[in-house]
Amino acid sequence: MASANISVTRNRKTSFAKKRARAGFYFVIPASIFVLVFFLYPFLNVIWMSFQDWPLLGERSWIGFENYRTAFQDIEFINSVKFTLLYTVIVTPLLFFTALGMALLIKGTSRTTKFFRTIFFLPVVIGFGPASYLWYWFVDSRVGPAPQFLRILGFGDQEEQWLGIMPLALFVVIVMVVWKFAAFQMILLMAAIQGISKEILEAAEIDGAKGFTLLRTITLPLIKRTISLVLILSVAGSLLAFDQFYIITGGNPNGSTLTTVFNIYRQSFLQFQLGYGAALSVLVAIALMLISLIQLRVLRGDDHE
Amino acid sequence: MNKSPLKIYLGMPRKGWFIVCACLSVMVLTPLVASITSSLKTAKEAQQSPPSLIPKSLTFDNYRRLSGVSDGVKHYLLNSFGLAMGTVVGTLILSVLAGYGFARFKFRAKGLVFGLILLMIMIPFQAILTPLYVTFGKLGLTNNLVGLCLIYITYQLPFSIFVMRNSFAEVPVSIEEASVVDGCNPWTTFRRVMLPLAIPGCISVALFAFFASWNEFLAALILMNDQTKYTLPIMLTLLNSKLYGQIDWGLMQSGVIVTMIPSIILFLTLQRYYVQGLMAGGVKA
Repeated sequence: MASANISVTRNRKTSFAKKRARAGFYFVIPASIFVLVFFLYPFLNVIWMSFQDWPLLGERSWIGFENYRTAFQDIEFINSVKFTLLYTVIVTPLLFFTALGMALLIKGTSRTTKFFRTIFFLPVVIGFGPASYLWYWFVDSRVGPAPQFLRILGFGDQEEQWLGIMPLALFVVIVMVVWKFAAFQMILLMAAIQGISKEILEAAEIDGAKGFTLLRTITLPLIKRTISLVLILSVAGSLLAFDQFYIITGGNPNGSTLTTVFNIYRQSFLQFQLGYGAALSVLVAIALMLISLIQLRVLRGDDHE
Repeated sequence: MNKSPLKIYLGMPRKGWFIVCACLSVMVLTPLVASITSSLKTAKEAQQSPPSLIPKSLTFDNYRRLSGVSDGVKHYLLNSFGLAMGTVVGTLILSVLAGYGFARFKFRAKGLVFGLILLMIMIPFQAILTPLYVTFGKLGLTNNLVGLCLIYITYQLPFSIFVMRNSFAEVPVSIEEASVVDGCNPWTTFRRVMLPLAIPGCISVALFAFFASWNEFLAALILMNDQTKYTLPIMLTLLNSKLYGQIDWGLMQSGVIVTMIPSIILFLTLQRYYVQGLMAGGVKA
């Protein structure tokens, strides 16, 4: 603190410290107002709404835990949670191992390496919206290049829409997400790997560690904290998936790819069951809070410890 | 010892490394190139099944036809740009001030505000859209790009404040002390001494705010119901409608490309700050 080192008479020092404290408070006021109005108020509001029957038009009424009771018996909600978990369980390891492989490939500093790094990263910066519409077209059985490519390779006539068949529709979204997002994790893992000191790696090499042994016994343990960060970010992001399913599968075939957030969107904004939508939102918020608490615990340490 | 990374990890010679990276690049770029190609086909050729992999003739016809989509693509470009600029400027002002406050001052409410920001990181914004929709409806902020902008700014704050706090914390205290001794008050110290030193952090914050606003889909989908208020990603939903019994694929891909290009250009020019910001906000936070 700057004020601590400036020795004047005692009195003047306290008033100086007070002034500084007030100045500090002024600096955070504008941001705090935004957070209070556009985050804390709606957050308290969502809890309050979740205890009410709240149609868009017409009377609302306090119904206690009824919305929550409904949720736990609502097949559509339960299925959406199951599907979201399935998606998360599949996409998280796929993303991670792809990203780790890419990070090892481009962790150098040569110009060629940087060039490849930039190319790999391009899909990350384009939004989920355009990326999803791109893939929606890319896999269309009539006009899409992907089915056409398989046709050329001799894999049948590809007449059926991939997005109309269940495991295939999920598979398309997963490939798209890995394509779009792996490089994000790649950059974080790469930075962590670059941070490992050369001496450690060289010492391990002299001891005879090579290839995957080196990776498994030295590198990965040393970047444990970044791995946790990447995994938690990926789990949290997957549990909140919406854009890619809304656009690519529309929740189909037969509502089998309806995610939790997609379900909330339908309850709140298509059927206007705002109270029920709020209750589902609270349940999602609780799940995500638990994950964040794990995150804070895990991330307290540092890499290279 | 100067071994290439892959020698150490996979025992792969440089030529092999290059081939693997080149193959991966092709896989990453194929969907993008294919989309650009189909956007340059004639409308008729883009509808053709099976698709032609190389277009017979190149034309900007699909892009021209984008101006016929509802209010026209220019209108939606302006909506998206205005929204992004508002988000960037708002996020910058709030996070720079707060970041400096957090980095260099002790005050009573510090713990409280900090706790609030942590809570915000934990609660996904998808969870508060239902009450926001109701509140914004009452305030007349639905179908209002300014309202959307306020939400985007708020949800950029936790990340941005962390980035700015870290960049101010890296400035040596002695520089600040010197300015205090020279008689600067906290505001002058901030404006004249600290802010110029934190410019790289500011660029990162601005870049992430731009991407967040430019690419956001769900809130814009829910809060903007009037077609004239759509952003570019929401305009794409219009292209998905089946006009003559089938989707106009060439038109759709030209919309996809128009939405993507600004992000890609911005990333290629300011790449350095993107990665720095990721490190400052993601890893250290």
